[in-house]
Amino acid sequence: MAEINTNDIVRPENLTYVKSKILTDNVMHYCPGCGHSTAHRVLAEVIEEEDLQSRTVGITPVGCSVLMYNYIDVDFQEAAHGRAPALATAVKRLMPEKFVFTYQGDGDLAAIGTAETIHTCNRGENILILFINNGIYGMTGGQMAPTTLEGMKSSTSPYGREVATMGSPIKMADIVALLPGTCYVTRQSVNTAGGVRKLKRALKKAVQYQNEKRGTCFIEVVSNCPSGWKMTPVESNKWMEENMFPFYPLGDIKVPAE
Amino acid sequence: MEKELRLMKGNEAIAEAAIRAGADGYFGYPITPQSEILEYLMEANPRETTGMVVLQAESEVAAINMVYGGAGCGKKVMTSSSSPGISLKQEGITYIAGAELPCLIVNVVRGGPGLGTIQPAQSDYFQATKGGGHGDYHLIVLAPASVQEMADFVEMSFDLAFKYRNPVMILSDGAIGQMMEKVYLKPQKKRSDEILPWATTGKPATRERNIITSLDLDPERQEKFNHKLIAKYREIEEKEVLFEEFMTDDAEYLFVAYGTSARICQKALQMARHEGIKAGLLRPITLFPYPKKRLNELADRVKGMLAVEMSAGQMVEDVMLSVNGKTRVSHYGRMGGMIPTPEEVLENLKLFIKGQEKWQR
Ligand SMILES: Cc1ncc(C[n+]2csc(CCOP(=O)(O)OP(=O)(O)O)c2C)c(N)n1
Ligand code: SF4
Repeated sequence: MAEINTNDIVRPENLTYVKSKILTDNVMHYCPGCGHSTAHRVLAEVIEEEDLQSRTVGITPVGCSVLMYNYIDVDFQEAAHGRAPALATAVKRLMPEKFVFTYQGDGDLAAIGTAETIHTCNRGENILILFINNGIYGMTGGQMAPTTLEGMKSSTSPYGREVATMGSPIKMADIVALLPGTCYVTRQSVNTAGGVRKLKRALKKAVQYQNEKRGTCFIEVVSNCPSGWKMTPVESNKWMEENMFPFYPLGDIKVPAE
Repeated sequence: MEKELRLMKGNEAIAEAAIRAGADGYFGYPITPQSEILEYLMEANPRETTGMVVLQAESEVAAINMVYGGAGCGKKVMTSSSSPGISLKQEGITYIAGAELPCLIVNVVRGGPGLGTIQPAQSDYFQATKGGGHGDYHLIVLAPASVQEMADFVEMSFDLAFKYRNPVMILSDGAIGQMMEKVYLKPQKKRSDEILPWATTGKPATRERNIITSLDLDPERQEKFNHKLIAKYREIEEKEVLFEEFMTDDAEYLFVAYGTSARICQKALQMARHEGIKAGLLRPITLFPYPKKRLNELADRVKGMLAVEMSAGQMVEDVMLSVNGKTRVSHYGRMGGMIPTPEEVLENLKLFIKGQEKWQR
């Protein structure tokens, strides 16, 4: 039998998945099945395909993705909890030619950092806000987030979120879409191959709008937290589809006039 | 170009000096008694001249985090506020210290605690010199005593901040912020377009990515970093102490006072000398690093030191630590926005000489 050479097999056309050059070789610390890792991968691919590495400054939040700077090979600043948009504002104002993004969880963006989120969007800062909404505080061990669904259990809502005393889950994308400063607001997901492709398209649009200095781009990714939700990855995706998507419907909320 | 002479408020002098020092950005939020800094900058509109960014943030919290973002790009950035706003900034300041970023923070102090008063005070000394936020860190702290120094200390602060990659605070008060004096302004400097090797300016193929962070989850590495910070602070204490002395050569009693209090003590000193009391004054210009060594030397020669501050007695603790029991130390102060008169300072010096001072530890 003829000898098989791996190089004959590993050809671009035979590959279904190529690791982006913008992803480092560091092993990600995310739990198995967590949406953060997929979102990182898609973002890295877009940075590579759009040739943005040399002009990108990313801002990481406090949350599970605090160490994102270990995985994506661009310049990063690590912000205090909730303050990423303030950092991004200054970075962009002082270096208007850069591509500046924040990457934030729901506790970071929709609780402690609400003021920064709203006002950054209201000023129409030319940055991309990538918002990972997993309905829970992942990093600190599964406490209730502002986005936790009604009735949903967490370590600080052990009997389920009671709206009368804990308020209703907040829809940040819908709120920021009302502000004239945002040019593009969309809600996406990463739980299916189709979702990933759509997120990638949304990110590319955001890059284009950033290049055109149209205002703030806000991309929400409705995601999962198998550990915080105390589910297997498969269960968590099913639960997300059945419970999160109806309340946080996917799709564009605001698109710029052409 | 010639230096330019103007009559200005202390707050305005800071703003104008910032533009002329080639600052890249100012981020602030209104609060009395320092709102003139933001107002002046908005009016001057340096975006059109030097390209400096001036932004009114939604809060002091946002403003200090904008400073973090700008400083992380290696830019010359600053913010200003007064006591309640500076309390809000503390989280950002400790992150800036932890990420070793250069910047300037101006505190035009008013009386507290809480909302307190809008009148001048020196009651934020501990907060400014001992860290202020959580964790082991220090700011470099400069205490101007005139409108001229408000202007001069801006460029000096930026120089120190970049030299040590450490936040610098100008600790002023409502009196110096609001009063008008003659001030010589330096000519306009060009903004720097140098790209600093550690700054987040976009990663070219020629270097590793730059990461600005104050996080290290590994305790051993974090402790190493803490030691690195300590070494930096020791170097600053070695090299950057600034103070001014008045009639210390033959002084038997020494006033120790900074900022507005030092001006009052200068007057009280003249009055004391007139009455035959051999008084002197040491005015710390840097509050961190503190002129410990010099005070310790003077402690060998004087019969006592009276710290005069517009506070309940904060800097006096550093005087005590500096002299380490070698001489008597006491404090005289007013609070709540009250400014002591030279007469009452002299009165209290006399009480101190007689061992009848009211302040008790
Ligand atoms: C000022 C401050 N308060 C609280 C915390 C603790 N803390 C760390 S992460 C976090 C919540 C993170 O949740 P989220 O933003 O939803 O991100 P996730 O971990 O789910 O991705 C909290 C409360 C902190 N680090 N700083
Ligand atoms: S705790 Fe949740 S959000 Fe954090 S890595 Fe694990 S699954 Fe992801």
